[in-house]
Amino acid sequence: MITVAKTGNEAMAEAMRQINPDVVAAYPITPATEIVMIFAKYVADGLVDTEYIPVESEHSAMSACVGAASAGARVMTGTSSQGLALMYEILPIASALRLPIIMCEVNRAISGPINIHCDHSDTMAARDFGWIQIFSENTQEAYDNLLQAVRIAEDKRVMLPIMVTTDGFIISHGMEKLEMIEDPIVKEYIGEKKPEYSLLDIEKPTTVGALDLTDYYFEHKMPVIEAMKNAKDVILEVGKDFEKKFGRQYGFYEKYKLDDAEFAVVVLGSASGTAKVAIDQLRASGVKAGMLKIRVFRPFPAEEIAKELTGKKAIAVMDRSDSFNTCGGPVFTEIRSALFDSQNKPSITNFVYGLGGRDINVEQIKNIFESIRNVGKVPVVNYIGVRQ
Amino acid sequence: MATLKELSVRKDPLTGGHRACAGCGFPQIVRMVCLASKDPIVVVSATGCLEVTTTIFPYSAWTVPFLHNAFENAAATLSGVEAAYKAFLKKGKIAKKINFIAFGGDGGTYDIGLQSLSGAMERGHNLLYVCYNNQAYMNTSIQRSGATPKGANTTTEPAGKVKQGKVQRQKDLTEIMVAHNIPYAAQATVGYWADLVRKAEKAFSIDGPRFINVLQPCRLGWVYKPEETMSISRLAADTCFWPLYEVENGKYKVTLKPKEKKPIIEFLKSQDRFRHLFNPKNETILVEIQKEIDYNWEKLLAKEAK
Repeated sequence: MITVAKTGNEAMAEAMRQINPDVVAAYPITPATEIVMIFAKYVADGLVDTEYIPVESEHSAMSACVGAASAGARVMTGTSSQGLALMYEILPIASALRLPIIMCEVNRAISGPINIHCDHSDTMAARDFGWIQIFSENTQEAYDNLLQAVRIAEDKRVMLPIMVTTDGFIISHGMEKLEMIEDPIVKEYIGEKKPEYSLLDIEKPTTVGALDLTDYYFEHKMPVIEAMKNAKDVILEVGKDFEKKFGRQYGFYEKYKLDDAEFAVVVLGSASGTAKVAIDQLRASGVKAGMLKIRVFRPFPAEEIAKELTGKKAIAVMDRSDSFNTCGGPVFTEIRSALFDSQNKPSITNFVYGLGGRDINVEQIKNIFESIRNVGKVPVVNYIGVRQ
Repeated sequence: MATLKELSVRKDPLTGGHRACAGCGFPQIVRMVCLASKDPIVVVSATGCLEVTTTIFPYSAWTVPFLHNAFENAAATLSGVEAAYKAFLKKGKIAKKINFIAFGGDGGTYDIGLQSLSGAMERGHNLLYVCYNNQAYMNTSIQRSGATPKGANTTTEPAGKVKQGKVQRQKDLTEIMVAHNIPYAAQATVGYWADLVRKAEKAFSIDGPRFINVLQPCRLGWVYKPEETMSISRLAADTCFWPLYEVENGKYKVTLKPKEKKPIIEFLKSQDRFRHLFNPKNETILVEIQKEIDYNWEKLLAKEAK
């Protein structure tokens, strides 16, 4: 291990350098992500063998990724916010074609209004496109998650594209201590990509992206659904192996003082660090507070999460985006649905916070706990940190 | 140039039994372009008639590697394939020379795919982009495109009591490609097959981004009898409605100079999409169209003479 100080973007770019993908295609939409700029310098300095395609839009970035991955290449890209939105059309094509493209996604608010700061609206809007989605709390997790992403996506049981996300500015531009694994060890850890099919196989020509009408489309969506189920096993296996090799533990989620907690928050991404401080303070004053930090949002570990939360007195689900459905954010609806069959259901409320980079602090999270301790007295959906 | 006999023994990229309309022009375009390559090929197609009629699962008419991604991104998609090829060449994982070809209709090329095409050309990928240009969105019911000529009847700009089909001129995409300073850009049409094969052969002999804009009459959208595709195609060139030329490293060469330039009405009257123009009250439109064709033809000849 090498201990360095890196921002989230630098950590992801370093992981990309170590992964040394065959092809990277990316575009700097506003808001542009720095990850690709750092990586482009690695290309310019000959530190990687990558064919780097500086495309003219994120739409073309994802399109080129699909082309390169169909040719059997290990392919990566990086984007954020509007860029991810511009890729939406091609994201489900990548998963349907079972192309294990790896994306560094910096969570930032979707326009409008144009904003560029952190929330999860960009990534959440991409949740139903057949991509595995992994959230990171900090720079270390962003780095570790990206290395594991290669193994998860390219596993024969999975073969799905994957996005590893960090929170815009909070992680992407925040400098933290990072334990990096040595280059040759990463190379050995991720191994060579061995594609089963390649568009460049002239001897065995394949037709990729055929027209499926009413008689086959459904059958071709089912394997994606099955692959997502398989991804659950693979994510846990890869996490265990990573822990054995490098000492850091990864599963579907992290439990923070959850087991004996009576009241818990469910959080994704950087806010979980703040929540830990709030929980420590509450514990010191005798409140049995805890947290479930979701790492893997797609596939959604519903049964596992339900087991962890059953029996709690009250749960607050924190959403950093809204669904505009008038009944809760995307994480909330998943969690509530996951708990539907539980015998001993906790009371569940939703707290939408931090849209467009609005800060969330320890006091606010303590207030969330205070609210849910008055079980049944708060509305189902609450918006915090916003002026009325 | 390869003779017909030589072309006939090369591997046909498309099998029979695909579902293009009787009299459709693009299967011939695909065959002529692909057969002109002596090296193996990989094909990417935009969403459109070509993709829809040749790849209805579980069937495929393609005997060569084929990838379809979406409507507007054939050029970007092929950029990725070509980049992967370069990465594998560098790593010694592949050694064979492969020619990379993208096919897109005029909708996927002139309109929604223009940015993707421009980007791929600017970045200098080693690929050939072929537009099979039938001057409207034929796959989805003959909607107007940027390639639709003035006066043509389409479903989204139909001829009616007060409007006479498309008001605007077509976009000059070939010149837009020339302005990218690519090593090779050309215009061809399916009816002059030898001219098209020669241009494709030339394109394959050149490294870098190349573009051929091939006019393809569409019996469905242009409204004529299926057996007339080739004759109407030749009429487009003989009237200078669709001049055949190439631009190699900035040097223009007109590859077909009709001995006697036929009047545009001969082309227009061959198809029902222009039928309304022959109403006497629309005579001025016919005059305008002829004027524009004459002007563009002289401009092209002047470029060649430079």
